[in-house]
Amino acid sequence: MEHSDIFEIGGKRLTSRLFTGTGKYGNDSLIPEVCKSSGSEVITVALRRVDLDGGSNNVMRHIPGHMTLLPNTSGARTAGEAVRIARLARAMGCGDWIKIEVISDNRHLLPDGYETARATEILAKEGFVVLPYMNPDLYVARSLADAGAAAIMPLGAPIGTNRGLRTEEMIRILIEEMDLPIIVDAGIGTPSQACQAMEMGAAACLVNTAIATASDPVGMGRAFGRAVAAGREAWLSGTGPVSTLARASSPLTGFLDQPGVAS
Amino acid sequence: MSFLAKALDLSRQPLEERFRAVTTNEAQKVLGGETIDEKGFEALLSPAADACLESMARRAHELTLRRFGRTISLFTPLYVSNHCANHCRYCGFAAPNAIPRARLNLDEVQAEGRAIAATGLKHLLLLTGEAPRQAGVDYLEDCVRVLRPMFPSISLEVFPMDVEDYRRLVRTGVDGLTVFQETYDPKLYAQLHPAGPKRDYAFRLDTPQRGAEAGMRVVNIGALLGLSDWRKEIFATGLHAAWLQKRYPGVDVAVSLPRMRPHAGAFQPARPVSDRELVQAMTALRIFLPRLSITISTRETPEFRDNILPLGVTRMSAGVSTAVGGHAKAGQTGQFEISDSRSVAEMTAKLQSLGYQPVFKDWEPIEVCA
Repeated sequence: MEHSDIFEIGGKRLTSRLFTGTGKYGNDSLIPEVCKSSGSEVITVALRRVDLDGGSNNVMRHIPGHMTLLPNTSGARTAGEAVRIARLARAMGCGDWIKIEVISDNRHLLPDGYETARATEILAKEGFVVLPYMNPDLYVARSLADAGAAAIMPLGAPIGTNRGLRTEEMIRILIEEMDLPIIVDAGIGTPSQACQAMEMGAAACLVNTAIATASDPVGMGRAFGRAVAAGREAWLSGTGPVSTLARASSPLTGFLDQPGVAS
Repeated sequence: MSFLAKALDLSRQPLEERFRAVTTNEAQKVLGGETIDEKGFEALLSPAADACLESMARRAHELTLRRFGRTISLFTPLYVSNHCANHCRYCGFAAPNAIPRARLNLDEVQAEGRAIAATGLKHLLLLTGEAPRQAGVDYLEDCVRVLRPMFPSISLEVFPMDVEDYRRLVRTGVDGLTVFQETYDPKLYAQLHPAGPKRDYAFRLDTPQRGAEAGMRVVNIGALLGLSDWRKEIFATGLHAAWLQKRYPGVDVAVSLPRMRPHAGAFQPARPVSDRELVQAMTALRIFLPRLSITISTRETPEFRDNILPLGVTRMSAGVSTAVGGHAKAGQTGQFEISDSRSVAEMTAKLQSLGYQPVFKDWEPIEVCA
């Protein structure tokens, strides 16, 4: 199953549907081990943290060469700033993928849909593979698709809260309505929640805080890798129908099957 | 809009009585809730909440871990001038003190910058006294131009300015502003600042707001702990931080917890703050404002700084000299005595041994042309 189920995005063919991150680790030297244990092939990194002349303090030194880099625009408060960061990332050799984060509310760290769509449009035209982080709103998702996004990244709960799929119903609508891949980003706190997102039909999940701040990030990375794969396999296998009503032993319409009922 | 009305209102409230009236049960109940309002914050600062300190510490640790991870941002201060017209009674640089006065020329600024950059630090805090004629906005702009190529993030801890001057400095490449109210109690403030421009309580109180207005990304406030009842000062500081967060949601609001320690000779703190009380102050702030950055300076001892790491700290200074020109040359007079003289390399090794990642760079300057 793993080999036939390829996730194609931005010209890449991925076998893992778990995207990971680089923030919040007590020691960045854990990053390669987490990449290995989780099987993840895509990793996001905040450009603001990249320090090319920082020697061992440079987070980039810890990212294994086979990973696809997904630089993000953390720190951008407007579309203009996000665009600038994306161009800097490309100039610094981080490739053409960009996760747009435009946040001007540090209290809740919620993304600004309008500014995100503006940045997406500019960067997609410049040839970036744009993955915008957003609040799961159907109209914003459509704007992002029109603007040239390669996928849509709705939040499950506010960044870093580990509160799970609080926006489940809205994400379900995006999965149903959008032709683009839906990658659930932010808020996923446990492997079971990632599994749930995949069972719903999400194309992938991005998990950082829950792995980086676990007591054993390598073990947690492995658990998330398995959970995402399990959820994906469940989605592909077609989960059985779920009924909220028990099947009554004396059905209310049972009389219709009796002899003598007019047909 | 200004925080002034709220600050003055607080100063008229019988806060000490209200703190004393809180019971341990009430504090526990606050800790059981999901979010905490002003009243709950007050309860966590009460003497009765001391009985819940372990629970507060655990909650503060979890919140900090989720929001900031196991990381500590490192920075160091660079004192470029100690000329000062103020008469702050607690400060080594106060105008009446007969100490050698100096202002670095730009070659010396460059030499200091190089010495700091060689340690790997990328976040710099530029400091002066309050003497705009000797070290004013033009001079600061010149310093920033010299230092910018070495430091992606430069904050200022200088003298209060108007919005326009802050805008100039933001355009030159400054991204953070540190300004301490010292005390939120206007009467005590007047006693401690008998002369000099700093006497203007209201102008100083509104300074963080003017910085935020001008586009500073980080605004760091604080009260000098030991000058008066710490519970009242932390309550006012937390409410000021919350006020700034709400009005300037794009600004990273930070609080420092500078604590005066009793020491021989100079000004003595009227109301010394114990280690246990400082922990209560810090954890209450973290629980009230989960996204607040919290800065701990080298006024604290290495042992205490190491111990409080998991309780809410997000930023620390390292490799510190509080003397003008002290990074390139030793033996100068400092603004205050430091207790933690560890080098950047020593701090780095210690943080790593405690399972924390020292973050040297967490900002990339963005000049938006379009």
